[in-house]
Amino acid sequence: MQDSPDLGDRGDAVCVVGAGASGLTAIKNLRELGFAVDCYERETSVGGAWNWRHDRSPVYAGAHVISSRPLTEFPDFPMPDTWPDYPHHSRILEYLERYAKHFGLGEHIWYGMEVAGIVPVDDGRWDVTIRSTGGGTSRVQRYAAVVIANGHNWSPVTPEIPGEFAGQVIHANAYKDPSRLRGRKVLVVGGGNTGCDIAVEAAQHATRVWHSTRRGYWHSPKYIGDRPADQVHHRRLPSMLRQWRYRRTAADLTRWGVPAPEQAPNESNPVVNGLLPHYLAHGRIEAVPDVARYDGAAVELADGRRIEPELVITATGYRPRFDFLAPELLDCDEHGRPDLHLHAFARRHPTLAVVGLVQPSAGVFPLAHWQSVAVARWLRLRITDPERAAAVQQKESTRPLTSWSRRKAVPTRRYWFEVDHVDYLRALESLLNEMAAA
Amino acid sequence: MSDLLRFEDWSDPVPPAEREVISRLPGGDRLSEGDRERPPLLFVSGHGAWVFAEHWLGHAAGRGFPAYAVTPRPGGDPRAQVHDVVQVAASLPRQAVLVGHGAGGRVVARALGRYPARAAVLVAPALDGWAALGAALRSNPAGTVPALLGGRPRFSARQLFGPEFPAEQAAAHVERIGVRPRAELFGRTSLPEPAGGPPTLVVGTPDDRVVSRPALDRAAARYGGAPLLFPGMGHLLMLETDWAEPIDAILDWLDKELPH
Repeated sequence: MQDSPDLGDRGDAVCVVGAGASGLTAIKNLRELGFAVDCYERETSVGGAWNWRHDRSPVYAGAHVISSRPLTEFPDFPMPDTWPDYPHHSRILEYLERYAKHFGLGEHIWYGMEVAGIVPVDDGRWDVTIRSTGGGTSRVQRYAAVVIANGHNWSPVTPEIPGEFAGQVIHANAYKDPSRLRGRKVLVVGGGNTGCDIAVEAAQHATRVWHSTRRGYWHSPKYIGDRPADQVHHRRLPSMLRQWRYRRTAADLTRWGVPAPEQAPNESNPVVNGLLPHYLAHGRIEAVPDVARYDGAAVELADGRRIEPELVITATGYRPRFDFLAPELLDCDEHGRPDLHLHAFARRHPTLAVVGLVQPSAGVFPLAHWQSVAVARWLRLRITDPERAAAVQQKESTRPLTSWSRRKAVPTRRYWFEVDHVDYLRALESLLNEMAAA
Repeated sequence: MSDLLRFEDWSDPVPPAEREVISRLPGGDRLSEGDRERPPLLFVSGHGAWVFAEHWLGHAAGRGFPAYAVTPRPGGDPRAQVHDVVQVAASLPRQAVLVGHGAGGRVVARALGRYPARAAVLVAPALDGWAALGAALRSNPAGTVPALLGGRPRFSARQLFGPEFPAEQAAAHVERIGVRPRAELFGRTSLPEPAGGPPTLVVGTPDDRVVSRPALDRAAARYGGAPLLFPGMGHLLMLETDWAEPIDAILDWLDKELPH
């Protein structure tokens, strides 16, 4: 249902999908290199996952960031130095709103508009189908390039547990505040950061708390002495020494019945929660194994034990979704995992990139910033010096995967986009240098 | 130095500090819609925010630019001073134009690597510490020799003001320059590439006894241009009798570079 059969040709303009943190930094950095940008945002405001007003936002009332300010903020727009080390989610939204206003990004964003289709046409250009979120008419615009920044924490993954459960089951994305935990017996499923946060909130409010985890993780405290732990871990040291220090402070919680971590501490992004060991040690959280099946009022665990929670919260993560384009454009495998150079550049489509699709050992914003700087410079170089661009592409194709990706140990969804903050920035920096060299 | 790997900032962030910020906004303290169009200006001088508050801030506000001046923390090392400037710039409602004077020019030149300014203006910037030191030794050896020995330089009125400037007023100003640039500011580390490639203007005077004419030319060449010169003035252009000329030229340049 198109308004008109004519294509709106936007010339050299770039289309950005989504106005969350990654989309905002993509707009800013593309604009900085002189590109016209149209950003489409399905919601009516910026902030993406950090905007609790959005139905797809996964944040809950008690959510604070798990990397400290210097490792969380955009590198060219610091958060106020008077803010707490680990700001509350509402401050992150305030920060993103200020970023958008400061750099005048709003005028490039079309709110309430959803990208419904992205189709390659001649010369690396793209036809993007846009429609208003409420339904209605759609239109097609032609762009020189597309940058996808639609986030990867909004489509919940629910575990398939056989049997019928008489109590209530919700996914963590529907968990907003502890009021629904008060006075109830609660089972939290999932050992990631969200699962551990909710288990801790349950320990503070519920009558009884079971925490079911299938895999073990390394657990990092938020503080080592009076210093944020990630600041201690990001001293300038050879990476072996940094990892050794990390190993010294990360805890495995096998003492309290939590499964042992399957990978080395540096191979996966840590769970950062200083209170989980505290409540395990107090006996307020009981660690239990995987859930085998539901049976009426009871939940049967993998070890045969039966528990009777009133509320089950599955904190089993989210999956990335790119419903608006053919999976092969991003070289997605049968599980939906895209295969992108540096988790950002489509391998066979030089004018298609994804920003923010990383699971780093520190904050995502700095990586999304430098990714979008790299994307903008790449798109600029293709125009100004196609020969050099070809040479850069050739060189990049030989960059070893292991130099920037950590996805080896555990082949689960949580580790698809695992990167080490420092190694990944090193890889991006060398790409930026290649593009800058005269 | 790596732009991406900021171990020092990650592991040892600059702690917060009180920062003096003086502002003069168009139409009083309330911005009207039309004035929002012009970007805010953030002035930085090695001598403190007050040197801009005398004339330039109010004049810029009168021409429609929200004008701010910051005094980076007294006694702060260069890294902390750059942090202070970037913190204030990021706190402004819109992307700011950074204006640095003297040793503040060097702070701004470094801050430009950390913050994508809308534009940058370097007024008599002491970018090259050694050249500034040489000029200071020639015009005021008694006040400068202590700096060589690790102390703080002392300025003289003759060094900072043009020959026309009333001696009494000059003496009062020199008295007021309580916070003198520290000896560290006379260093000579390389300056970063400005983030986002902002348009940059270098302004100065050929009669400056702190920042020499060749130093101005080098500073301008560094940012791809020629300096805009105002003969007959001293280093502290914003306090001279003819203070309006350079600031008007700067604002004209901004209006031309940043059409709104």
